[in-house]
Amino acid sequence: MLQINNLHATVGGKEILKGLTLTVNAGEVHAIMGPNGAGKSTLSYVLGGRPGYEVTQGSATLDGIDLLALAPHERAAAGLFLGFQYPVEIPGVSFVQFLREAANSQRKNRGEEPLSGGEFLKLAKEKAALLRLDMDMLKRPVNVGFSGGEKKRAEMVQMGILDPSFAVLDETDSGLDIDALRIVGEGINAIMRKPDKGVLLITHYQRLLDYVKPDKVHVLAGGRIVKSGGPELALVLEDQGYEAAL
Amino acid sequence: MSQALALPTTRDEEWRYADGDWLASADPVELAHWHEHEVAPGEIERGFAVAEPGEGSKVDRLRVHVGAGGRYEHFVINAGGLYVRCELDVVLDEGAHFELGGVILGGGEARAEIVTRVVHAPASSSSQVVRAVQWGRSTGNFLGRIEIPRDSQGVDAAQNFKAILLEAGATANAKPELEIYADDVKAAHGAAIGALDETAAFYMASRGIGPDAARKLLVRAFIADAFAAVALEELREDLLEQALHYLEGAAL
Repeated sequence: MLQINNLHATVGGKEILKGLTLTVNAGEVHAIMGPNGAGKSTLSYVLGGRPGYEVTQGSATLDGIDLLALAPHERAAAGLFLGFQYPVEIPGVSFVQFLREAANSQRKNRGEEPLSGGEFLKLAKEKAALLRLDMDMLKRPVNVGFSGGEKKRAEMVQMGILDPSFAVLDETDSGLDIDALRIVGEGINAIMRKPDKGVLLITHYQRLLDYVKPDKVHVLAGGRIVKSGGPELALVLEDQGYEAAL
Repeated sequence: MSQALALPTTRDEEWRYADGDWLASADPVELAHWHEHEVAPGEIERGFAVAEPGEGSKVDRLRVHVGAGGRYEHFVINAGGLYVRCELDVVLDEGAHFELGGVILGGGEARAEIVTRVVHAPASSSSQVVRAVQWGRSTGNFLGRIEIPRDSQGVDAAQNFKAILLEAGATANAKPELEIYADDVKAAHGAAIGALDETAAFYMASRGIGPDAARKLLVRAFIADAFAAVALEELREDLLEQALHYLEGAAL
């Protein structure tokens, strides 16, 4: 479903991704682990189309659609969801307003009817409950005054509402305490563990993988995938560290 | 009036960002005219001023005296003409309060200003929030002067100006002036001029919100600050909608 082939990308003129190749099939969850500076966040931003992240070579497609040819908001409408490592605060714009605009922009882009206010609120309530986030928090400005853990749970509520076909989750586990980690893990499973969906989990730690069992684990180092394996690879990495395992 | 009225020029400090050409051809009597308004002690009053796009150039000057314990709120949307200057001169008696919410919007070659001077008596307070959104080759200015004389203890004065420049040719000028001679006072001012928050725009895009809609949401949130002090929600929304209406056709 997600196919990345020989992807090269630069940030500020510096090459960060150096020929990354990866395939995630529908129904699969893949984890990407790797040392700091390996290019993990760059990969997620390149897939999302963040300005300043320039692809110099290679391709990335989602269900055959050339992601790199699309504007960032069109990639979202095509089914891509980016979970941010540092979710952005937007003072003055409430989550409800933001997400309704997002959901309906995507629907419009796909030629679907917009959700009514009632339909949207029902959906938002259901997903907030799934992530055990108080619905009142969604009436507040986007991420403003949220704790690290609340921001990450709110990211997953957004994912639930937008219902993407593929999610790239960049260190969604960072900043979570043990209970929140479990809630987020279960949320990812409930929303994304479906035969027609896929997930790329970018993480530093094995612990999230206890809840969201990956089908494959990859090690990203020096801008490319240097090792791939089954879930056991994450345990080896956690045990031995990147240097010894590579 | 026997005395000849001299026209100000952009060499005068208070007119340094004004439209010099327009000033040179202005009617001196009209320019020197101040509207006067009196708020009785303990009373609460609210004023509005709107300059719509396409209006002729003008200078609107309002002098307000707020009696002891009174409150005057003034909300301005300056989206008008080639050159529109909204000037407010406020004298606060003891315990009085002045609240200003101002929005400046401009495109093309427009030049818009909000200019305030607030003189504080003891224990009086003021809060001024001005937001400017500029595109094209327009200029938005806020000149805010706060005067706290020696015997005016216990004053609380705040002034905050922020401008977003949507396009490369646009300009904003901030000129805060605080003259404080009393010791026991709070006086704060802040000014920030920048582009639209690109990080927030990308975050919105990653959720499927296109660049136009993202800009609208962000600009709406930005100017909403100026009307945050409006207690009536309906009125607050009306002002915001009116301001946003003038933004249609902007670089949004």
